[in-house]
Amino acid sequence: MSSSWPLWEVFVRGKRGLNHVHVGSLHAPDAEMAVRNARDVYTRRNEGVSIWVVPASAITASSPDEKDPFFAPSGDKVYRHPTFYDIPEDVPHL
Amino acid sequence: MDLEAEFERTVAAEHRVEPRDWMPDGYRKTLIRQIAQHAHSEIIGMQPEGNWISRAPSLRRKAILLAKVQDEAGHGLYLYAATETLGADRGDLTEYLISGRQKYSSIFNYPTLSYADVGTIGWLVDGAAICNQVPLCRTSYGPYARAMIRICKEESFHQRQGYELLMTMMRGTDAQRAMVQESVDRFWWPSLMMFGPPDSESANTEQSMAWRIKRNTNDELRQKFVDMTVPQAEKLGVTLPDPALKWNEERGHHDFGQPDWDEFWQVVKGNGPTNAQRVAHRRKAHEDGEWVRAAAAAHAAKRSADARAIGQSA
Amino acid sequence: MSFDNAYESLIDHEDTHWAFGTGFSEALPGVDREVPSTVDAPDLFAYCLMLGDDALVLSQRLAEWCSRAPELEEDVALANIALDLLGQARLLLTRAGEVEGAGRDEDALAYLRDEREFRNVHLAEIECGPLAGGDFATTMARLLVFSSWKIAQYSRLRTFDDPVVAAVAAKGLKELAYHRDHAAQWVVRLGDGTPESHERMRAGVRRVWPYLDELFTAHAVELRLGVDSAAFRAEVDGVLDAVFAAARLERPEPVPAARVNGRAGRDGVHTEAMGYLLAEMQHVHRSLPGATW
Repeated sequence: MSSSWPLWEVFVRGKRGLNHVHVGSLHAPDAEMAVRNARDVYTRRNEGVSIWVVPASAITASSPDEKDPFFAPSGDKVYRHPTFYDIPEDVPHL
Repeated sequence: MDLEAEFERTVAAEHRVEPRDWMPDGYRKTLIRQIAQHAHSEIIGMQPEGNWISRAPSLRRKAILLAKVQDEAGHGLYLYAATETLGADRGDLTEYLISGRQKYSSIFNYPTLSYADVGTIGWLVDGAAICNQVPLCRTSYGPYARAMIRICKEESFHQRQGYELLMTMMRGTDAQRAMVQESVDRFWWPSLMMFGPPDSESANTEQSMAWRIKRNTNDELRQKFVDMTVPQAEKLGVTLPDPALKWNEERGHHDFGQPDWDEFWQVVKGNGPTNAQRVAHRRKAHEDGEWVRAAAAAHAAKRSADARAIGQSA
Repeated sequence: MSFDNAYESLIDHEDTHWAFGTGFSEALPGVDREVPSTVDAPDLFAYCLMLGDDALVLSQRLAEWCSRAPELEEDVALANIALDLLGQARLLLTRAGEVEGAGRDEDALAYLRDEREFRNVHLAEIECGPLAGGDFATTMARLLVFSSWKIAQYSRLRTFDDPVVAAVAAKGLKELAYHRDHAAQWVVRLGDGTPESHERMRAGVRRVWPYLDELFTAHAVELRLGVDSAAFRAEVDGVLDAVFAAARLERPEPVPAARVNGRAGRDGVHTEAMGYLLAEMQHVHRSLPGATW
């Protein structure tokens, strides 16, 4: 029997003057530990000045495009959706 | 509208599939398997290098190695998070790993036997991993692609530190140079195996290529790795242990010998030098941690019960 | 940086992103490195070793958790703490070498001194898990005590006569505040978690308790430099009492320090665990004399 901890979504403010941006998710037993873990996991290289954590279960999402049936079937499920970091400018993409 | 046709159109147009989009079951299952295997590889990969943290021969090397192994835990976390966007559960995936139901990269079933191995793993193993992973920054599934971008960025530093360690050792004593050559001799063939079996024997390639989950064939990536590594080896002053290795002017590529595929399949089937040890180590850490995870969960439940009681009495 | 060619990164130098940096003698920019005339150099050398060895040896112990933590997030956290302490150790041992003036650098001091020349307190060296001698609760009990004590010590050292030690203390305080917070969070969760975790936490505190007294017993070098560790006790007690109360743990009765002919870690007299720790840490460095790393 395994005790797994709930999932938290993590938002980091990269520097003053910017919005908090979704960077990923992690597991933690409670909010205090979640914010501490987020510091270690997502700002190891000084990527942030402020962190928010939100229980993944507390997020309500719209469909990306309500009119498009392509997105309709899974609208009842809030799947967790880490977007990690903004794609760095110097990466050729995508 | 036909969801499947829409999905195929999105993927063929190089657009990203996002978590709440409709996707074929096969795509979801293949992705979960591939990302989980990748996550497991990061986590198991902590062990062969972690083996040398306590013995690192300088404090600077100790800091580098500890930071690197820590990054691998972070990479495992990003990747497990990507599987969770597909509805997988990290706890389940850990169970699959420690029960042997899911695999990880076979390279980590080879032992690390000298400090030079820390450098060789950075240079050859991380180098091969980057060859495999860079194309995945353009993979069709959005969360996976984004995780890979961050991982590749950090991984390139890992490779650099490995190469720099080997260069430093090659400039050192004869004993150090011999140590580097011996390490490269041991890791060269297993590094070539990291790209998987030859295309003629690889089962999943075709569908994965169509879904843009995989972007190059095993043999293409292996050739690319060899072509990139040869000049690096020359600059380093080490000999790659393959008598068949030579430049082919006509092809514009290096010819090279084949790894021992029987050994490869032995290791994949669980009979490699450290398979049992690696899984047992991970299992022990997971099981020894169970009481800690349970305690933290119990504490959180008590606190939220307290908070509800306060709310009701107010 | 291009990700089409894996090897371009080898020649591309972006040290700002490198997690650990390279030039540690430049890690404290603008700090005067002259040894002040008001401080006795041999005493300052010895004191830098005491502080540096505390950090180095505990870092060595914490790194043993790598790949063995109860959850991946905790693996990352423990590695961060070990890296912070290793960074402090490198600055302090480098300073010790400078003050000594005999050409020894951080590595000569870390790898080529014998056990009797190490000056760390016993609390840093004892086994508290993940290997024999403890578990995660014991590790957190040790970290709570150690970081609470270090905070009291470094707070005073911010105004120390040697500007390098003062700068290390000022920088280290921020790190230690995080370490203490991390340990306190866990002591509370384990102490007030399940019956099993409560029992383990209680045992963990008892395991480290006999090593507390040494922390507050000033060595002659410390007294001559004006740092009386006996004065830290009330501050540390206050922190521990607050955490124990939240964790529903009872504070054990004080245990007098067990010493050997009156000597302990600060005098170079260690526990049996220390020899093994150093054997492991120093083996590769010593077996390749003249090597460069």
